[in-house]
Amino acid sequence: MDLLSNLALGFSIALSPFTLMLAVIGCFLGTIIGALPGLGPSNGVAILIPITFSLGFDATSALVLMTSVYYGAMYGGRISSILLNIPGDEPALMTTLDGYPMAKQGKAGDALVISGVASFVGAFLATIALMLLAPYIARLAYKFGPAEYFALYLLAFSTLGGMASNNQAKAAMASLIGLGLAMIGQGQSGTPRFVHGNLHLMDGIDFLVAIVGLFAVSEVFVFLESHGKESSIGVKLEKVTVPVKELAATFWTMIRGSIIGFVAGVLPGAGASLGSFMAYMAEKSYIGEKGNFGKGDPRGVAAPEAGNNAAAGGALVPMLTLGVPGSGTTAVLLALLMTLNITPGPTLFTDRPEVVWGLIATLLIANFVLLAMNVPMVKIFVRILMVPPAILLPGVTMISFVGIYSLSGSSFDLLLMILFGIMGWLFRKMDIPTVPIILGILLGGSMEDNLRRAMTLSGGDPLYLFSSPIAVVLWVMAILGFVAPIFLRRYLRKPPAVTD
Amino acid sequence: MAGDRIFGAVMIVVALGYILSATTIQVPLFPDPVGPKTFPFMIGGGVIVCALYMMFRPDPEADWPPLRSLLSLVIATIVMIGYTYTLKPLGFLIPTALAAGILSYQLSPRPVAAILTGVGLAVGLFVLFRYGLDLGLQPFPRGWL
Repeated sequence: MDLLSNLALGFSIALSPFTLMLAVIGCFLGTIIGALPGLGPSNGVAILIPITFSLGFDATSALVLMTSVYYGAMYGGRISSILLNIPGDEPALMTTLDGYPMAKQGKAGDALVISGVASFVGAFLATIALMLLAPYIARLAYKFGPAEYFALYLLAFSTLGGMASNNQAKAAMASLIGLGLAMIGQGQSGTPRFVHGNLHLMDGIDFLVAIVGLFAVSEVFVFLESHGKESSIGVKLEKVTVPVKELAATFWTMIRGSIIGFVAGVLPGAGASLGSFMAYMAEKSYIGEKGNFGKGDPRGVAAPEAGNNAAAGGALVPMLTLGVPGSGTTAVLLALLMTLNITPGPTLFTDRPEVVWGLIATLLIANFVLLAMNVPMVKIFVRILMVPPAILLPGVTMISFVGIYSLSGSSFDLLLMILFGIMGWLFRKMDIPTVPIILGILLGGSMEDNLRRAMTLSGGDPLYLFSSPIAVVLWVMAILGFVAPIFLRRYLRKPPAVTD
Repeated sequence: MAGDRIFGAVMIVVALGYILSATTIQVPLFPDPVGPKTFPFMIGGGVIVCALYMMFRPDPEADWPPLRSLLSLVIATIVMIGYTYTLKPLGFLIPTALAAGILSYQLSPRPVAAILTGVGLAVGLFVLFRYGLDLGLQPFPRGWL
């Protein structure tokens, strides 16, 4: 009964005309962001956050808008995968494998519809699962003390870092750089650190500046370096019809992909890219020789799209219940929550039920909006896809600058953003992941805080960090999460590179 | 190879500076057992360990861009820094048109298209931000209007 009354509360918020309008706008923007190559969910959400924030929305509205963008971007990524053979964002990489061959065979419309419906199935099931699972995890998280939280943060760094790079030392380095940056400023304790008389640093480094710099500005540099190869649609999109037979044939594929994707998403650090990869690989080995994978099998677009959208929903579970993001984009959403003075975690469910349940109800509605946009109205987005990079990238840059500028009005922050942009470009070249840096800046303060509280409680006994079964389990998982990729990499290469 | 080694060496210097700076943090009168210095020390130490690993077990060299692409990155950086400093005194429209135009020209060297992109983005974004989103942007240098 609890669930029903919570949902009723959620829908009473989500069905207000203003919230609905925000959800529709968010879905539309998100689909565009997802579809445009070079603008993924994390940098798309990143450049929109400062603007949303300077509009002065309340917490629920801002969260509704940005999560709609997030879901939308996950839907939209497949459009350029199928039509251009360029993933619109990283999780849509697997969709190119069968989506583009289908398009070349003149079945672009079918591929778009099947993947659109698969996205819907994945996202919808994941939202339901989120709704059922999140309150339980939140209740479990009530038992967490400082020792458990410290171990949990460690787990987030080890798994997110472990997945993000091929080199554990580089992933650890990135996390440490983020943590180091988080120490700058006055912090919760009130002791100014690493300020060196610079008043701009007193409040610490604004994580929005770091996020926009590392994700959006660095993207501009990457594009400039590759000389912004003009993308052109090489395949024709004829009339879009609903391929009923193929939809029915891929139904179970979608369900399987959704389950795998959701599990991958809930694990901290794994995120949507892993969700779509695992869903595709599992489906391929399940169907075996009978399949036509890699040459335009409809199941090859249904599985990864269900997987990536389910993972997107799954990644919201640890973010909302524990305050630990499961992916780059949820890290950006966490930054949004923290800017709005909302502390995610178990207390969010009891203290601010309107935020959580308003969000969940909106996501349920947003899925239907997205289904409508991505199946019958998909042609609009195909047209937007033709915006040349020479217009898109300067536009992204200017929006980034205006966003940060209208937030802080300080040239110092803009310079810092450029610096982070250069850093992001350099690090990406060197295979040093940037997401752990963001995670470090976001979690550094609480991580230190929990360590200090744990030590105060125990009178300085470091063994206190391992004093509860939950903490020990989290430590073991953290160590495994960091070490396992080293061994896994020997057996499992990274997702197959797209060459043609 | 060399890239990882140089980066590792730089990060060791940075980490040592960070640790040195952490030693000067003022400890409050009644500190907790950990205090404000310990966590920064741990971070600095961790960075040194990772940096040493990178120096002794470097990855294959990254695919560095040729000098010409590097130059265009430097130009883009200068444009962005210039934009930062002119946004306040010159208002939104002129610096945005210039910066967006130059960036656009760098991506696709067609002067007319670049000028149109710059002016179009400046005006379009101004209308969007000022009237659509109600952000307080100054269109021209103060005193012009």
